[in-house]
Amino acid sequence: MTSHPAEPPEPPLDLVLVGHGMVGQRFLEAWTEQPGARRRRVTVLAEEPRPAYDRVHLSSLFDGRTPEDLTLCPPGFLAEHGIELRLGDPVTAVDRAARTVTTRSGARLRYDDLVLATGSAPFVPPVPGRDAAGCHVYRTVEDLDAIRADATRAVVAGGGTGIVVGGGLLGLEAAGALRATGLTTHVVEFAPRLMAVQVDEGGGRLLRRRIEELGVTVHTAAAASGVATGPDGAVRGLLLSDGRELAADLVVFSAGVRPRDRLARDCGLAVGPRGGIVVDEHCRTEDPAVLAIGECAQAADGRVYGLVAPGYQMAETAARALAGRPGPGFTGADTSTRLKLLGVDVASFGDPHGTAEGALDVLYSDGRLGVYRKLVIGADGALRGGVLVGDTDAYGTLRALATAGRPLTVPPEQLVLPAGSAAAGPIALPDDAVLCSCHNVTQGAVRAAVHEQGCESVAAVRKCTRAGTGCGSCLKQLTTVVTEELAATGAEVGTGLCEHFPQSRAELYEIVLVTGITTFSALVDRHGTGEGCDICKPTVASILASLSNGHILDGEQAALQDSNDHFLANLQRNGSYSVVPRVPGGEITPDGLIAIGEVARDFGLYTKITGGQRIDLFGAGVDQLPAIWARLVEAGFESGHAYGKALRTVKSCVGETWCRYGVQDSVGLAIELELRYRGLRSPHKLKSAVSGCARECAEARSKDFGIIATSAGWNLYVGGNGGTTPRHADLLAADLDRETLIRTVDRYLMFYIRTADRLERTSVWLERLDGGLDHLRAVVLDDALGIAAELDALMARHIDSYQDEWAATLADPDRLRRFASFVNAPGTPDPAVTFVPERGQIRPARPDEDGHVLPAPAPVLVAGPRLEVLAK
Amino acid sequence: MTVEIHDGTRWQPVCSLDDLQPGRGVAVLLPPADTQVALFLDRSGALYAVDNRDPFSGAHVLSRGLLGSRSGRPTLASPMYKQTFDLIDGRCLDEDTAPDGTPAVLRRWPVRAAAADCAAAADSPNPRNSRKEERA
Ligand SMILES: Cc1cc2nc3c(=O)[nH]c(=O)nc-3n(C[C@H](O)[C@H](O)[C@H](O)COP(=O)(O)OP(=O)(O)OC[C@H]3O[C@@H](n4cnc5c(N)ncnc54)[C@H](O)[C@@H]3O)c2cc1C
Ligand code: SF4
Ligand code: FES
Repeated sequence: MTSHPAEPPEPPLDLVLVGHGMVGQRFLEAWTEQPGARRRRVTVLAEEPRPAYDRVHLSSLFDGRTPEDLTLCPPGFLAEHGIELRLGDPVTAVDRAARTVTTRSGARLRYDDLVLATGSAPFVPPVPGRDAAGCHVYRTVEDLDAIRADATRAVVAGGGTGIVVGGGLLGLEAAGALRATGLTTHVVEFAPRLMAVQVDEGGGRLLRRRIEELGVTVHTAAAASGVATGPDGAVRGLLLSDGRELAADLVVFSAGVRPRDRLARDCGLAVGPRGGIVVDEHCRTEDPAVLAIGECAQAADGRVYGLVAPGYQMAETAARALAGRPGPGFTGADTSTRLKLLGVDVASFGDPHGTAEGALDVLYSDGRLGVYRKLVIGADGALRGGVLVGDTDAYGTLRALATAGRPLTVPPEQLVLPAGSAAAGPIALPDDAVLCSCHNVTQGAVRAAVHEQGCESVAAVRKCTRAGTGCGSCLKQLTTVVTEELAATGAEVGTGLCEHFPQSRAELYEIVLVTGITTFSALVDRHGTGEGCDICKPTVASILASLSNGHILDGEQAALQDSNDHFLANLQRNGSYSVVPRVPGGEITPDGLIAIGEVARDFGLYTKITGGQRIDLFGAGVDQLPAIWARLVEAGFESGHAYGKALRTVKSCVGETWCRYGVQDSVGLAIELELRYRGLRSPHKLKSAVSGCARECAEARSKDFGIIATSAGWNLYVGGNGGTTPRHADLLAADLDRETLIRTVDRYLMFYIRTADRLERTSVWLERLDGGLDHLRAVVLDDALGIAAELDALMARHIDSYQDEWAATLADPDRLRRFASFVNAPGTPDPAVTFVPERGQIRPARPDEDGHVLPAPAPVLVAGPRLEVLAK
Repeated sequence: MTVEIHDGTRWQPVCSLDDLQPGRGVAVLLPPADTQVALFLDRSGALYAVDNRDPFSGAHVLSRGLLGSRSGRPTLASPMYKQTFDLIDGRCLDEDTAPDGTPAVLRRWPVRAAAADCAAAADSPNPRNSRKEERA
C-alpha cells in the first residue's frame, strides 16, 4: 500500500469502500476534497472487472461508444490520492466485531470505517427457464456485450426477435437499444400502462402510441410466465400469463432492481422492509463504523432511490460525515426523470401523480401532434410536479420550478399551452431553483459562476460547477441561463450558429459529447428548431464525424454533408468534380506517379500539381467518380480529403536524408503526421508542414501546425495561416522529442476541434482564445483543465477507427448508388458540362463556346483520352 | 410508390420513392428536351421539384444542394455559391437577380408520389400527393 511520508507518525486509519460504481467513485472524489483526507488510507474493493463507469449512459455502447468512453475514474486519480483499487474481487463477508472484511479471493482487510456502495441488482421474476441461454439483464458493460452478441447472431441469421420484460424507464431504454440492433422488438409490461411509476394514464396512452410508431410492439397488462426453450436449451420464446407465446431469440429482464444489501443482512445490520441498508441522514448505519450510500441504502426518509443524483448527494454527505464536518445531511431527493434514447420524449418530475392534499391537475393534450402535458399544482399555488410526453423542451424549467416550491408567478396554463413551452426561457426561476439535479446545482450557482468566477461559456460553467455533466438533460436550460447571464454582464454573447440552433459550434460539440446523440434529427429536435440549413447541417455532420467516426455517407449523415463531402470530391465551376488522392508528405514513387497519370489519361482529366504537394485531377462527372477511384484505390491510393473540412496535407522538404543542411528526417515525420491525422474532421480545413532545418523550405510557419527541426528535436508552431489574412504561426514548444511532439499536436488539434467556432481557422481561434498562447500551453502541456486524458482518448479513437472513405464507399453498393448523374438516366453525362482543349489538356467551356461533352467511361478502359486534344 | 413529375403536358414517372433520401436531392432528365430537374424529399416526406440549373453559376447542380428551412419555410441551398431558395415559390431569398440580370427564381414542377400500379390515375387518395399538388 502507498505510504505518505509527510503525514504525522501515528498509523493512518483504514477506510474501506465496497463497490466501485457511480456512487462509490463520487464518494472517492468527495472524500479526497475533504481536509485531512490524507490521514486515511483508502482501499476500494470492486466486483466488476473495470473501474467505475457511467452506467446512466450504458446504452450508448450500442451507438458506438466504448467502455473506455464511459469511464468515470480519471487516469491518475487513484494514484494521485494514494487510493488502492482491487478489481474483480468482491467482498463476501463483513465481521463487525473484528472490523474486517473478507473478499472472494480470501483476502482479509481491517477497517476503521467501512462504506458500502454495492448498488442494486436487476430483479428477475422467478419464472421457469429464466436462466436459459439468451436470457439477459441490463446493468453492466458485460451484460450489454452479451446482449449485443446474441442480437448480432440473431440478426445475421435473418431477422430475430428480442423481448424486454418490463415497460419502465429502463425497459424502454433497453427496447430502444434492441430495436437499434435490428431486432424485431416487443415490450411486455405487467401494469396496464408503460412507465407506470412516472406517467399517468393519459400520458401512458400517448407514450404507448409513440413507442409503437417506432416499431416496438407493446403488450401491457401481460405478465411473463415462463421462458420457452428449444432442444439446445436456448431461448425460443416467452410465455405470457394469458396463454400466448411470443417467439424470441433473446429476452431481457428489466423488471426493476433490488438493493444489494446482503453483506449488511449477513452481519446483522438492519434493512428496510423492501430491502436497502437502513441509514440515518448522515448515511451511517446503526453501527457508526459502517456507512451505506447509493442504491444499496434506504435513506433517512425511508426510501430507496434508484437514480444517480440522490446517490451523489449521499456520497457527498457520507464524505463530510467521515471527515467530521457533517452538514445538513441527506433527507430525500427529487426523482424527476426523463427517458433517454428511443426518440420519444417523456419526462416526469416532482410529484407526477398529484398525491398531495388539495393538488389539482392542469392538463393539455393534443392527440394529433402527439403532445401531452400535465402539471400538478399544489393547494398553495406552487408547481408540485408533472408529466410531459412528446415534447419535453420545458422539462428543465419546470423541474426547477417544482423543486423550488414557490407559488407560481405565471398562470399555470401558460406553462402547458403550446406557446407556453416556447416561452420556457422568459419564465423567471428563483435563484435557489435546482437547474441540474444530477449535481445539485442551483440557478444561483450558475449565475455566480458567470459573475464571480468569470466563466464566459457554457463549457466553462460546466467545468466550474459540474452542472450539465451528468445525464445532460439540463443542458438546454443551462445554455439559456448562461447566455442570459452573459448578456446581462455585457459580455459579448456569441450569437448562435444559425436560426436553428441558439448554441455555438463549441456548445453543440459539448452537447453531443455529453449526450452521445448520434443524429442530426435528434439534435435539432431536442436542442434546436426547424429543419436545419446549409450552415448547421454540415457543422453538425462534422461534429458527429469527429466524435463518432462512422462513415460520412452512412444513414442520415449523408443528407447533412456539403455537396463536396457528399460526393467525396471537389465541386468545380461547371458542375464537374476534381479528385485528389492522398500523397502523404508529398512523397510519391515513380509507379504512383505513373498510376495517377494513367488514370488521368484514361478518363481525359485535366491535371495540376497543387500547393499541398499532390496532384489534382479535374473534370470528372459524378458517374465517373467511382470508376476513377476504383483505379486509384487499386493502385494503392486513398482519399486525400481535399473536399472535407479535415486535415489536408502535411507538406515537407526533403530534409536531412538528402539536403546538405537538414538536421532531422522531415519527410518521415510529415508522413507519420499525415497518416495519423488523415480523415480528422474539424471546424475548418487543417494544413501542416515539416521543415528539416531553420531555413524553412516547407513554409511550416504558414500552417495550422508547423514543425521545424532543430538539432535537439522539433519546434512546434501553431495558428499559422496563408490565404487572405496571412499569419505567422507562434512557437508553442521547442526542442520536443518525437513522442512529446505528437502528443502535443494531438491535444492541440482536439482542443481546437472542441472549442472552435464553425469555419474558424486555428489562426483566428488562437487570437480569440482567452489567455491566448499561454493558456493553450497550459492546457496541452500542463493539463490545466484536466482534460488532456480525454483529448488523448478522443484522438486515439479517431486513429483506431480511421478508414479510407473511398475504399469503404466502393465496397458498398448502397453508398455507390448516389453517384448517378440522373436518377432516371444513370450513366448519361450532364449535357451541360462541356469542355474545350487548351495547352494539351481540357478546360470547361465558357458559355459562348461550343464544347464537347465528356462521354462516360466504359467499365474497362483501354483507349486514351476521350476528347480529342488539339496540340498547338 | 413511383415519383412523377408533370412536364406541363402529362405526368412522367421518374423514379421510385425509395430512390430518394430525405434531405437530399437527385437530378432528373425530363424528355423530350432533356430538361434538368432537381427532385427532393424532406424529413416529413414532402416532395419538391425545381430547376436543376443554378441561376448564379449557370451550372446544373441544384440537385446536390442541401435542404433546410428558413423561418419555417422549406429551402434549398445551392452547393456552388450557397444562395438559398424558397422551395414553395422558387424565389432566391438572398439576391433578387442573377448575374445575367434575370430574376433569380426557380421554376417549380408539380410532383407527386403515385402507387406504382395506378400511375395513370390522376387523383390518388394518398394525402402526400394531394398536399404536394397544392404546393406545386
Ligand atoms: C441502463 C441504465 C440506465 C440508467 N439511466 C439512469 C438515468 O437516466 N438517470 C438516473 O438517475 N439513473 C439511471 N440509472 C441508474 C443509475 O445507474 C444508478 O442509480 C447508479 O449507478 C447507482 O450507483 P451505485 O454506485 O449506487 O450503484 P452501481 O453503479 O450499480 O455500483 C455498485 C457497484 O458495486 C459493486 N458491488 C456490488 N456488490 C459488491 C461486493 N460485495 N463487493 C464489491 N463490489 C460490489 C457492483 O459490481 C457495482 O460495480 C440507470 C441504470 C442503468 C443500468
Ligand atoms: S528546410 Fe532545411 S533541410 Fe529542408 S530543404 Fe530547406 S534547407 Fe534543407
Ligand atoms: S440534470 Fe443531469 S446533468 Fe444536469
